[in-house]
Amino acid sequence: MTDPVVSSGNDPQTVTASHQMGPEAVAVPAARSQWRDVWDQFRTHKGALIGAFVFLGICLFVAIGPWFWPLDPTETNMRARNEGMSWAHPMGTDRLGRDTFARVMAGGRISMAVGLVAMLLSLFLGTLIGVLAGYFKRLDGPLMRLTDMFLALPILPLLLVLVVLFREPLSAAFGIETGIFVLMVTAIGITSWMQTARIVRGDVLALKEREFILAARSIGTPPRRIITRHMLPNVLSPIMVSATLGIATAIITESTLSFLGLGFPPDFPTWGRLLFDAVSFLQSYPMRAVWPGLMISLVVLSINYVGDGLRDALDPRIRGR
Amino acid sequence: MLTYTLRRLMFAVPTLFFIAAAIFFLLELAPGDPMANVPLTVPSEVREQMRQALGLGEPAHIRFVLWLKQFFWIEPLNLVDHWFGTTFAEGELRIISWQNRSPVFLTIAERIPQTLWVVGTSYLVAILIAIPIGIYSAYRQYSLFDQAGTFITMIGFSVPPFFSGVFVILIFSVYLGWFPTIYDTRLVVNDWDSFMQQVRQMILPVMVLALQITSQLSRFMRASVLDNLNQDYVRTARAKGLVERRVILVHVLRNSLLPVVTVIALYVPAIFSGAIITEQIFKVNGIGQLLITALQANDWPMVQTLSFIFAVLIVVSNLVADLLYGILDPRIRYD
Repeated sequence: MTDPVVSSGNDPQTVTASHQMGPEAVAVPAARSQWRDVWDQFRTHKGALIGAFVFLGICLFVAIGPWFWPLDPTETNMRARNEGMSWAHPMGTDRLGRDTFARVMAGGRISMAVGLVAMLLSLFLGTLIGVLAGYFKRLDGPLMRLTDMFLALPILPLLLVLVVLFREPLSAAFGIETGIFVLMVTAIGITSWMQTARIVRGDVLALKEREFILAARSIGTPPRRIITRHMLPNVLSPIMVSATLGIATAIITESTLSFLGLGFPPDFPTWGRLLFDAVSFLQSYPMRAVWPGLMISLVVLSINYVGDGLRDALDPRIRGR
Repeated sequence: MLTYTLRRLMFAVPTLFFIAAAIFFLLELAPGDPMANVPLTVPSEVREQMRQALGLGEPAHIRFVLWLKQFFWIEPLNLVDHWFGTTFAEGELRIISWQNRSPVFLTIAERIPQTLWVVGTSYLVAILIAIPIGIYSAYRQYSLFDQAGTFITMIGFSVPPFFSGVFVILIFSVYLGWFPTIYDTRLVVNDWDSFMQQVRQMILPVMVLALQITSQLSRFMRASVLDNLNQDYVRTARAKGLVERRVILVHVLRNSLLPVVTVIALYVPAIFSGAIITEQIFKVNGIGQLLITALQANDWPMVQTLSFIFAVLIVVSNLVADLLYGILDPRIRYD
């Protein structure tokens, strides 16, 4: 393996640093940040690049789209029921005359928000448990047994049970939309942190034996700071990869629950809920089921490609080539 | 190997115990009283007797132990009685469903064949498709076939089963009208026509379930074959003049199947939870649909038992995967 500074010398931005270093200085390539390298590698993966654009496009579409679209997702219009695609309603209308285009955007907001927040929660839990188990030997056994136990839980039945049990009390406590949102995010978060925890623990265990950690410890750095300053930056790459893939899993899980009729109530459309509502009219109005399904699939597909590309880009063994 | 198996089994016991406890006490929090739809005219002492008959008189922790006893002792005894005509379990209280007031396991026994047929067929189909695809895409890495295969597998595991299910219904039932949308479980297969009807109604659910598993498995197979193709023994086999087909289909295939076999064992629970969704779409009345209807009807004994069966499935398939790996690969030793 060559020195990374030398190996990246083929880029055009090689500058001399002589004005700082005195007469004997030689031309050295400009120090490139690690993220620059990662981006360069990521760019070579076409699928990942397209995936990133599609994903950002959909994010923008659901985030700022509703501001530009005049129709309200919950506004009924009995004169325009069950319409097909037209300029006024690009995705048609449903049986109450609500505009599907607006509903897909509104649903996307909820689905994406659930996906992002649930991913953050699961990432937080996974990293916390992984770091604790890897760094503190006493906690390793119990925490890993806990992880194994969670891995053996029947996730889908358990999620369904959680939703059925806590839907009413949480809706009563926080209001319907926030209550279900909190429930979904928590339920998905606490049932999906295990993979992250395992990966992080493995990496922390390996890092702990490295010299720089020994050095940090020998100058008296407290464990808290060793973890935040030395461990976490070094386990960032696996965390980022599982973060991307986590969004996809969370969106699929939320949609699955909504599709089984156990997610958000009908007034708050999510992609899964829209699909669930459309299935009853599949014979007569098939396109109404296709739009939300297509959005879910596109998001998940693009995220999977981004995750694939990130995995390659963040792996220094591949990046050097 | 034996000690390892025993150790794993020993660890499986507390795991399953905790899972059973977690599900049970979670369901304890639930509202929903099985007596709720009993008319108010029923006197309260009769009502109390009905509660006792469902095994509800005791505090929660005692009912939990009772449930464990019912699940692990009384229900197997009933099975023995059923097989050999004995009367070991007579008079013992079985796990009673709140929905239809009959033993939970009778309903499950009615429903499980449908699930097993669909799940089993799709797993078989998935394996039969995935392995050749995996081998060929690895053998011709970066070829057009490989690129297309990678793209399709990516789509295969990105499209969630509830959308792929709806999508194949749209294409094959609504537009083409080839297959029925609804799985008719009352169909009795006794002649060629009814057999063909059975095949036609199974194609769509099997297609949806198999798509996901195929894409996962073929990725694994491809990676595993790629690993093996660079090994020295492949070069040796070629150098001694074996025909290419023999090198790939005998030497490489056998070695690269090792990790894939364990993955196949590991995915059994996943395909069962996938079946929960496909059964809902195609109206197959298997155990997945049973779970959903039980949840909607607040039938907690049924939910508890079904979820626990899923947990057992996960623990057992993990164990089988680990043991299989040790048996198949002589380099792996667990002691």
